[in-house]
Amino acid sequence: MSKEALKQGIGELFTSPNCDDMRAFFRKAKKKMVNKVTTVEQAVKEYIHDGDYLAVGGFGGVRIPTSLIHEVIRQNRKNLGFSGHVATHDCQLLSAGNCFNRCDAAYVVGLEARGLSKVSRKVFESGNLKVTEWSNAALAWRLKAAAMGLPYLPSRVMLGTDTFKYSAAKEVECPFTGQKLAALPALYPDVAFIHVHRADIYGNCQIDGILVADDDIAKASKRVVITTEKLISNEDIRREPGKTVIPFWCVDAVIEVPYGSYPGNMPGEYFSDEEHLTEWLVKEKDPIQFEKFIDENIRSTKDFNEYLQRNGGMEKIQKLRQIEHLF
Amino acid sequence: MNANYNNMELMITIAARNLEDGAVVVVGTGVPCAAAMLAQLTNSPNLMILFEAGGIAPQLRTMPISVGDSRTSYKAIKATSMAEIMELCQAGIVDYCFLGGAQIDKYGNLNSTIIGENYLKPQTRFPGSGGANDLASLCWRTMVVTPQNKKRFATKIDFVTTPGYLEGGDSRVNAGLPKDTGPYKVITDIGVYGYHSDTKEMMLLSLHPGKSLQDVKDNAEFDIIIPRKYGNTEPPTTEELSILREKVDPSRIIIGRE
Repeated sequence: MSKEALKQGIGELFTSPNCDDMRAFFRKAKKKMVNKVTTVEQAVKEYIHDGDYLAVGGFGGVRIPTSLIHEVIRQNRKNLGFSGHVATHDCQLLSAGNCFNRCDAAYVVGLEARGLSKVSRKVFESGNLKVTEWSNAALAWRLKAAAMGLPYLPSRVMLGTDTFKYSAAKEVECPFTGQKLAALPALYPDVAFIHVHRADIYGNCQIDGILVADDDIAKASKRVVITTEKLISNEDIRREPGKTVIPFWCVDAVIEVPYGSYPGNMPGEYFSDEEHLTEWLVKEKDPIQFEKFIDENIRSTKDFNEYLQRNGGMEKIQKLRQIEHLF
Repeated sequence: MNANYNNMELMITIAARNLEDGAVVVVGTGVPCAAAMLAQLTNSPNLMILFEAGGIAPQLRTMPISVGDSRTSYKAIKATSMAEIMELCQAGIVDYCFLGGAQIDKYGNLNSTIIGENYLKPQTRFPGSGGANDLASLCWRTMVVTPQNKKRFATKIDFVTTPGYLEGGDSRVNAGLPKDTGPYKVITDIGVYGYHSDTKEMMLLSLHPGKSLQDVKDNAEFDIIIPRKYGNTEPPTTEELSILREKVDPSRIIIGRE
């Protein structure tokens, strides 16, 4: 290995990796198992404020907490920090609402195989957004470091690239092997929104299928708001404790939102509404049309149920359930 | 262009042949996924497919739209977290990853972040690394499948999102990336390329049917090494094509892109 000086990324670190501060916070956090059921409107009012740093669970268009993000737009939250960890439809929504002014970007503006979001691109190309670059593993491990109560984790990603240069990572030398490693600062979000398959009123959650980073997000975040397809009893949780992915002490609020990942996919329940997601990309091409679209679908709808109703309601959901199960 | 198959079908078929039975591969949606599905249905029934969002060894019945959608864990061995998939890569379990990108240079470095000079106010913003940087840093061999033209095969890419051999020679290892890893093959609509063992510059391995050395040169801004001996790509067989068309991508989502 060459002995050149260790490098540092020039990107801004939007959150403090200080694990002692977080220990003090978690020491004071209420850990009593109490009923946390509330409404989407109330949860957004209470748990996310202008300027907060937000992490969104799921995978962009898979198991996403749509109702909470819509409500953030309705309540007009501004200047949020945003963890762009495979942020696809969530990034599109928050861009449409002009809700964030800084972003840790690992995957943004795209909708995977569906194409790029014009509205998201506009935000990222404006020059007004603070962006710090990361990779997917880097963000996943930053959350894991936080979940472990550490200030950073060493890793072997991003080294030698511009992704590292525009990140806030630092090269370190391994004290045991002398290898060059990328130190990834712990990411402690102010608030996390996560959609799950089942939760009890205390916030004990079960997730079917892939977890993405949600187990770590829940442990790393100061406040966690859960939407769940279905409320279940605490007895159901205790019958199969091995299924509990997020335990109650991580959680501040629980809301039952059936079909709450729509228009995203909910593994084992319903597939993504590709027609509606395509409509989004088409409407984005014309700013006036798009404002109308956002108004009709989000700002002037009362709640998530009304949005779902507007876009086909139960009939649509039944179709998406068939696609999910029949492939 | 041979009338029997299109460029997409050709690239997917060649990519599939590069995945031997028993290997472990991380794929994204689109061409890489189609290639892995085709490999499983032809020469590599025991190919283990991973998806970065958490799907391990699914039985792919339908092409996923997202690398995290439920199809990526259909009848899987395990549904886990992204961290665990990346940890498997970092631990050296994963043989291949398959990537694309807006631009590639002669050392196999990839750009999927921005076009333009100014990072803070880019001319075009693309998604960024996603998992690409991680997979190309950590998997043993990186394969890239991409159409070839002068714009994509650029002398200087605007942003090194994902590491190839960086500046060539030993620079990849010197940067701290795991040893013996790096770009392996680039599969385009013109040929298959590898990398020179010392300089790590892109080098022609085989030319596709109907393509010429002039096509190789005309469609890259940098000089691709043309060795004295190079191969001729075997065109897709009837069997490969029928499996690809009937089982892998019957809706022509990927192979119909041309």
